[in-house]
Order: sequence, then structure tokens, then C-alpha cells
Amino acid sequence: MSRSTSTSDKNQSLHRKTGTIDVIVIGAGHAGLATSYCLQQRGIDHLVLERGEIANSWKKERWDSLTLLTPNWQSRLPGFQYEGDDQDGFMTMKQLIRFLEDYARLVNPPLNTHAEVTDVRQNGKGYEVKSKAGEWTCKALVIASGACNIPSKPKCAEALSHSITSLTPHDYRNPDQLEPGGVMIVGASATGLQLADEIQQQGHDVTIATGEHVRMPRTYRRKDIQFWLHKAGILDERYDELDDINRARKLPSPQLIGAHDPRILDLNKLTDQGARLVGRIMGIRDNQAMFSGSLKNVCALADLKMNRMLNTIDEWADENPDEVPEECKAEPKERFEATRVDDKPTITIDFKDNNIRTIIWCTGFKPDYQWLDVDTFDHKGMIRHDGGVAQSPGLYVIGLPVLRRRKSSFIHGTEDDVNDITEHLAAYLSAETATRVGASR
Amino acid sequence: MSEGKNVDNGVNVQALLEAREALSEMPEGAKFTWRATSDWVNGTHSHSFVEGFFGLGEEQKHIKKYDFDSDHPEIFASEDLGATPVEFVLVGLAGCLTAGIAAVAQNRDIQLKKVTATLEAPMDIQGILGMDSDVRNGFDEIKVHYEIEADADKDDIEALVAQSQKRSAVFDIVTNPTNVTVNVN
Repeated sequence: MSRSTSTSDKNQSLHRKTGTIDVIVIGAGHAGLATSYCLQQRGIDHLVLERGEIANSWKKERWDSLTLLTPNWQSRLPGFQYEGDDQDGFMTMKQLIRFLEDYARLVNPPLNTHAEVTDVRQNGKGYEVKSKAGEWTCKALVIASGACNIPSKPKCAEALSHSITSLTPHDYRNPDQLEPGGVMIVGASATGLQLADEIQQQGHDVTIATGEHVRMPRTYRRKDIQFWLHKAGILDERYDELDDINRARKLPSPQLIGAHDPRILDLNKLTDQGARLVGRIMGIRDNQAMFSGSLKNVCALADLKMNRMLNTIDEWADENPDEVPEECKAEPKERFEATRVDDKPTITIDFKDNNIRTIIWCTGFKPDYQWLDVDTFDHKGMIRHDGGVAQSPGLYVIGLPVLRRRKSSFIHGTEDDVNDITEHLAAYLSAETATRVGASR
Repeated sequence: MSEGKNVDNGVNVQALLEAREALSEMPEGAKFTWRATSDWVNGTHSHSFVEGFFGLGEEQKHIKKYDFDSDHPEIFASEDLGATPVEFVLVGLAGCLTAGIAAVAQNRDIQLKKVTATLEAPMDIQGILGMDSDVRNGFDEIKVHYEIEADADKDDIEALVAQSQKRSAVFDIVTNPTNVTVNVN
């Protein structure tokens, strides 16, 4: 791709540490890079500000063994896709970082790295952006700074004794950093299950505290679950067609692990390996953790929901036999064993008596908007938006779970979202320009 | 939602959904306070009533005052002038879960014909008698058994019961710790 014509303009904006620009994109991860690609396609003047380096969160805030939850055939961004020969494999973080760096070379965004944004406020019809690399005024702002900036912890975490090591997925790298002894994993998302699994395999006693979760088999009827979700149109379900979008956006990540050898990782598997399954953590008092008595129900809910999803897939397969691969046709419509829960699960655990030395809070993440001084938040501190179009004019968000479609939670979901959002943004800028031209006449 | 089904469990789901929508705009209105008043009568017999509560930003009232007598059975050397307080807890749990089942069924277009809950809660009274400090005062566990007849398959009925537990106040109260402050004038 030839970009020679725009290089000099870009360098100007890079060296101009202050000034006016049509659009500022915050973040140079997959969503920010994809936004830059689409803005360039539309010939929209913009600048990308990145607090660290390209793919910063993937480089610095992920544990060692993490792979994407989506297979390589799904790894695609606008104008770019995985072209290796392991279509069914799952990218490690190293591979993903390389994938994004390759993408950045293709996109060649007008980028300032190490340009952490410190303050954004509204200024007339635009935004004033202060960063460690300079200050700009822009007409529109695209926030692509990620959904997982700050690990969330329940309030009861404050009562934990200092003698127990408390970690979040941002602190955790691998089991070698843990001291000997038991480990309590709080949360049964993809993160919780993956950490529980590898920590247990390293010989630690593991307790996993489980609230509501999303159970999902890695493979179903001989294909990866993502194949079926994609084919049956589940990933393309739009945000404005879902029953309860707020709930969908807050769901924990599905219990999946991407591995060389695709395997199903669920609570039964952890129990078989010797993990202790307990309810959602509800309190910590006198060096004891207390768990909800609702464990059976949260497991029943997740089993029922998984079966509903599998029913949807089966119905689709029955109605679309031509699209079902030959090798899957003979496969029975398999159903998985219900989650096994003790008749009377433990509801209190004493950290000392049980020699639990470490607790890892796999209890979700929040985006960090401390720098955003714009009146656009709901009462939970989240940006009010309609499919990425914020209430505040000219403000957009991209790269959040179920932003515009179910697949928005995954890297490949960015493409359709960013196309929609840059289209809206282009129309917004044209309308703005038209108003101003009209006014000056 | 299929209108031809004529599902009627006596729940005005539309009103509930509208209330939910309205409250999402003013979460303050969702803050309720529930109250009860109780007078000792004699022995283990108390008389309690409920009438007023707070919600939607103002004082509210039941359409009438509801009275309850609590006591203990004769084998506790009491007069048995009312249900045992722990039985009120079971009654509350059953009432809450079943109300939830009716509402969820209505919302999912499932006609209910019969919903019977049987609750059992074992308790070792060595706890309340102070005989063994390792035995707790309360229930060892609570078992709820539902007999449900409805126009739905087994999975859908199980999903009703599961969803009702997920949304139930009393289920939450009995499964999760709550700070309780008791003071005296």
C-alpha cells in the first residue's frame, strides 16, 4: 500500500504538538488501529494518541499463557487478516502482538506513542485534549482505550488480611510467582477458569468461587464453538435487538480456553482435578471468606443457558443442512454433563485453617475514564452511548463488549463496528462543516 | 411475544417492565424500605403487623394492615398461638420464589396451572439451647421442592425456577450475609 502522499502531512501533525485536528483517536490497540484505517480510507484528518506502545495492554497487562479465545480464521481487522497455515490455532500474546504490529505497519497511522491523555473536556462543539505529548483541539473524539484497564474487585476485598497475597489478572503472570500453599480464585469467567487450571496443574490446592457465569464448550459436534456461533448468526446479533443489552454487556467472558489442543475447560473439569467449588464470595470477616448459598442455582442457570445456545445451533443446522460440514452431520447433538455441585457446598472457608496464601480476583474489569471530563456518564460511571455513539456530540467509543453486536467483544467484531462508527462520524463532520460554512455566509 | 396465546397468570408484566424502564431513569426511586412492628404478648407469643413502607420516593401503604402471631409449638412448653418465627422465614422464601415464577412465566408466555412448593429446613436445636457452640442456631440448609404443571417443557420449567431464584429478594437474604443492627432505647 502506497502512503507516500500522506507521509509529509502526517509528520507535520506528529511534530505539531499543539493545534487543531478533525479527529483524535485515543488508543493504538486493535480498535484504535482499525479506526485509523477506516478514517484514512475516508480521507479524514486524524491523530492517534497512545499512552504506551502499539498493543500496550496486550503487551503489559496479560498473563503469560493467555491465548485469544477465537481461532485464527477469525483474526481479522479492516484490510487485514491472519494468513498463516494454522487457521484453527489460537494466537498467543506474542503472536497477537506481532499481528497487531504488522497491522500497524499496514495502517501506518498518524501516531504519537507515549502520549498518555491526561484531560479531555468539551470546548464549544469540539474537544480539548491534553496529553503528555501535546495539546490538541478536535471536532470528534474516538475512545479506543480498551475495556479492561482496571481490574474490578468486590467491596469485601478490602477486608482481606494483609497476610494473604491479593492479585488481579493484571498482576498475575504465571504460577511460578505464587508462594506455596492454597490459592483462591474468585470468579468463573474465562480468566478464572484458565488461572485455576494452570495453578492447580502446578500443584496448588485451588478453591474457585463462582457467581453467575457463562458456560460454553470449546468444541461442539466436531467443530470449534466459534464456527457454530458465527454460522448460526449468533455473533452478528445486534445490540438493539437483544432482550437486555445492559445485562449482555456485563456478562463474564465465556468459559473458554484457546489451546494448541482444543479442549473443554469447565467447572466439572476443575472439580475432577481436585478443585473445590464454592459460591460467589459475599464477605470476608475474621480471616474467613463467606460464600453465597446460591451455587447450585448459578450452575443450573449456566447449564440451562448453554443448552439453549446449543439448541439454537442444532435448529440452525437442521434448517441449513447445506452449510453444515459433512464431518459434522453424523455427529449426535451432544449434551454435556450438568455441573456437579456438592449437596452441601462449603459456605465459609478460614484462610489460615485451609492454608490459603493467595487470592486472585478474576472479577472483571472496568475501562479507565478518569481523564474524561465530559458530562456523558451514567450513574455507574460508564459512557452513555448508543452502539458506540456517545450522548455527547462527536464523541465515540469502540472496542467494548457487545458494543454494536455480540461479536464486538472479540477482535474480529471490530471491523463491522468501526465501519459503522466512522460512517456516523464522517456524516457528523460533514454536517458540522456545512453548518459552519452556512453561518459564515 | 405471541399475543394469540392468551397466557394469564394474573401478573401485569407490562406494568413491571414499564416500572423498570422508568426506574432506570431515576434509580433513587428504586430505593425501598420495608418495615414491621412487633409487640410481645406473653411467653413466646408475639403479635406483629406490617402496614407502611417507603418506595418510589415517598411513604406507601398496603391496602390494609396485616397481622401475624408468632409463637412456639407446645413441645417447647409454649402455647402455640402462631407459627414459629423460623417458619415465617420459609413462608417468606416460598412466597417470594413462587411470585417470581409467576412473573417470569408470564413474561415468557408460559401458562401455569399448578405451582406447589414444599419447603424443609433441618435444624439442630442444640444451637439455640446453647448446648454445643459448634452447632449454629439457624437452619443447616433449606430444601425447596416444586411441583409445577404448566404449558412448557421440562427445560423451560427448570429455567423458570432458576430465574426466579436469581431475582428473588428472600432467596438472596437467606443465602447471603446481611449486617443486622439491633439497638434498644
